[in-house]
Amino acid sequence: MLEGLLIGLQTAMSLQNLLMVIAGCLIGTFIGMLPGLGPMSIIAIMIPIAISMGDPSAALILLAGVYYGAIFGGSTSSILLNAPGVAGTVASSFDGYPMARQGKAGKALTIAAVASFAGGTIGALLLMIFAPMLSSVALLFHSAEYFALMVVGLSAIAAFAGTGQVAKAIVMTVLGLIMATVGEGALFNLPRFTAGIMDLQSGFGFITLAMAMFALPEALFLVLKPKVAGTADGEIKDLRITRSEARSIAPVIGRQSIQGFFIGVLPGAGATIASFLGYAVERNIAPKAEQEEFGKGSIKGLAAPETANNAACTGSFVPLLTLGIPGSGTTAILLGALIALNVSPGPRLMIDEPQIFWAVIMSMFIGNLVLLILNLPLIPYIAKVLSIPRNFLIPFILFFTLMGAYIGQNNATELLILVGFGVFATALKFADYPLAPLLIGFILGGMLENNFSRSMQLYDGVSFIWERPMTLGLLVIAAILILLPSYRARRAKARAQGVADGD
Amino acid sequence: MTNFKMGRRALIAAVAAFGFAGPVAAGGHQVVDSIHFLIPGGAGGGWDGTARGTGEALTKSGLVGSASYENMSGGGGGKAIGYLIENADSNEGTLMVNSTPIVIRSLTGVFPQSFRDLTLVAGTIGDYAAMVVGKDSPINNMSDLIAAYDADPSATAIGGGSVPGGMDHLVAAMAMEAAGKDALDVKYIPYDAGGKAMAALLSGEIAALSTGLSEAIDLANAGEVKIIGITADARVPAAADAMTMKEQGIDMTFVNWRGFFGAPGLSAEKTAAYQEAIAKMYDTPEWEEVRARNGWVNIHNPGDDFKAFLEDQEKVIGDLMKKLGFL
Repeated sequence: MLEGLLIGLQTAMSLQNLLMVIAGCLIGTFIGMLPGLGPMSIIAIMIPIAISMGDPSAALILLAGVYYGAIFGGSTSSILLNAPGVAGTVASSFDGYPMARQGKAGKALTIAAVASFAGGTIGALLLMIFAPMLSSVALLFHSAEYFALMVVGLSAIAAFAGTGQVAKAIVMTVLGLIMATVGEGALFNLPRFTAGIMDLQSGFGFITLAMAMFALPEALFLVLKPKVAGTADGEIKDLRITRSEARSIAPVIGRQSIQGFFIGVLPGAGATIASFLGYAVERNIAPKAEQEEFGKGSIKGLAAPETANNAACTGSFVPLLTLGIPGSGTTAILLGALIALNVSPGPRLMIDEPQIFWAVIMSMFIGNLVLLILNLPLIPYIAKVLSIPRNFLIPFILFFTLMGAYIGQNNATELLILVGFGVFATALKFADYPLAPLLIGFILGGMLENNFSRSMQLYDGVSFIWERPMTLGLLVIAAILILLPSYRARRAKARAQGVADGD
Repeated sequence: MTNFKMGRRALIAAVAAFGFAGPVAAGGHQVVDSIHFLIPGGAGGGWDGTARGTGEALTKSGLVGSASYENMSGGGGGKAIGYLIENADSNEGTLMVNSTPIVIRSLTGVFPQSFRDLTLVAGTIGDYAAMVVGKDSPINNMSDLIAAYDADPSATAIGGGSVPGGMDHLVAAMAMEAAGKDALDVKYIPYDAGGKAMAALLSGEIAALSTGLSEAIDLANAGEVKIIGITADARVPAAADAMTMKEQGIDMTFVNWRGFFGAPGLSAEKTAAYQEAIAKMYDTPEWEEVRARNGWVNIHNPGDDFKAFLEDQEKVIGDLMKKLGFL
């Protein structure tokens, strides 16, 4: 392994490859900040450039840099504008945006930068040590386990239990699950619930829905309730993290780097599940007083998904490099690029072309460091977006929202769907319904249904739930994650009313 | 505010560049001035790659002056087909890319039109299908697979990257039918992308995987899978060890083609010019570069050949889908 490390270091440290890392990170960060352009589209755009370079190590280093850069940039728009462009950064907006509204945008961005750096670096370390072993673990997961994992992901809504909005959160989750059923189903290639509208054939677009639920209501809210919304803008205070804050998020970052990485290793789970799960787990194990903070600008609530999604991205390189299996749309595009460069990822990659394998790992360390160094000094300037008077910011948000929904598909109907749901979401926001559970339900709903129906077919029924111990175990964990907070909340209430409950 | 204006302008420029890329090449042997490619899906998909790759080869070789691209997704491709038919008069310069799903989806009624409503220009490339098993699987050929299926049909599931009734399912069903089994009893498990289906194959969730040959060859070269049957007429050079279905006594072939369509009522001379440009493209080094980069197989079917091919494919697929209960 030491020999491999040296080969990798040598390859990654060449001037050309260092420039590649820096260029990739910069391009990724800046394009990733635009809502609507996720890592997948950016990498697709960059592929012809990478391929024309001819050198597989350099190309992969460039594309990997673009990949982390985009994820990193994506969290910026989640935090500042509440406009997550990628499913993996939705959870970052739960606490990141409230922090920005409280004038702590600089601090939120710093935490995001540090958490991403730690997640990515620890992830790369784990990748280096465990990659060969983990490829066989990833294959223990069948559809039944993925189904159970999605259920665990859904338990993230339990995070809303403390806010007294359990019923509303459940209603919104179910609504999200229902919306995920629109379009061609997993079991039949016939359209469902499309009302005969051709554009709904493939279902609602994630980006359109994310913009409609988060960014558009934000802008409309500013117009409709200018006074309430206008209180928090202006000065950016608190750029730095204090020592005590650092101490409180350090264990979160440690835990989520590891948890996020292992979830990322599973093909098909990836950054989205890792971030939701990270959020839910950290909320559940936080002390009671801090639990109340989640969703209102908790630093732990921001650090958890930010660490987890970056660690998961690194984890997704395990099946890609060692098995040749892309676990996500983005890694599928990377696989295509590799094959075009005459590199066949698989178990023989480490033996046949170790310099590529190790160069990529080394470039991950360098890339994460570059991102941190590039971004920390830039944060005060990026955060200035919020000090723009709100009435100038509104058209800005509207423009990027509409553009983000249109750019991926060039389909004008997306704009109608966006505005329609945007108005609907604004009404829900006025009625104090949380919108995040709807998006969680929508994102996980499709994967939940597909894996469930596959398992049903394979086992001719639901017997997989008890026949597969790992499925059962994951479902039990989900039940605990959902029930524990409600139980705690009830006990706290009972105690507050003076009813002794024995302890 | 100047900053934001600049940012916005740069963005619009970037969007415009994204939509209308394509160098203007000067060439003495130019056949067509310009082609506007209509892509029925989003950026980054298979149709997108085919249109942009073909456009790149045509313009770089100088056969076509310039190319522009328009992505119009929606309705599984139906939106673009409807647009091309409704606006036929103003779309003389447009070529739409499409592939096997146009046959399948018009049969199932996803959209009301079919290839007959368009002008058939040419089928250009294709990919055969293949049946693969994991490298450690005891199954080594189609007879082993059929024996395993006979022993326990319920535990011998075949997976694929398409919805039931989609291409991968139909290929698996065709092969099992040709082997004398009832395709209705074959357990087909759909996955939403090829990569996830591969993971399922290696984890033992499914016994075999129905997939495209170029993807199967990449995986076989990586040492992950064994190819147990391909749907070509004869063995292909890229995978000389892989036996055809026919060799193993299973009488079936299948080609997933990709090709180009014009608006209905496209003039004969325009159609002929497009066909000539495409026919000449195959001999250019620019095309060879694009083709090799993407692992495509040249399967050239211009005009009437294309029509006969599509009608035949429609009949075979239609009969099978009726049997499977999709029609």
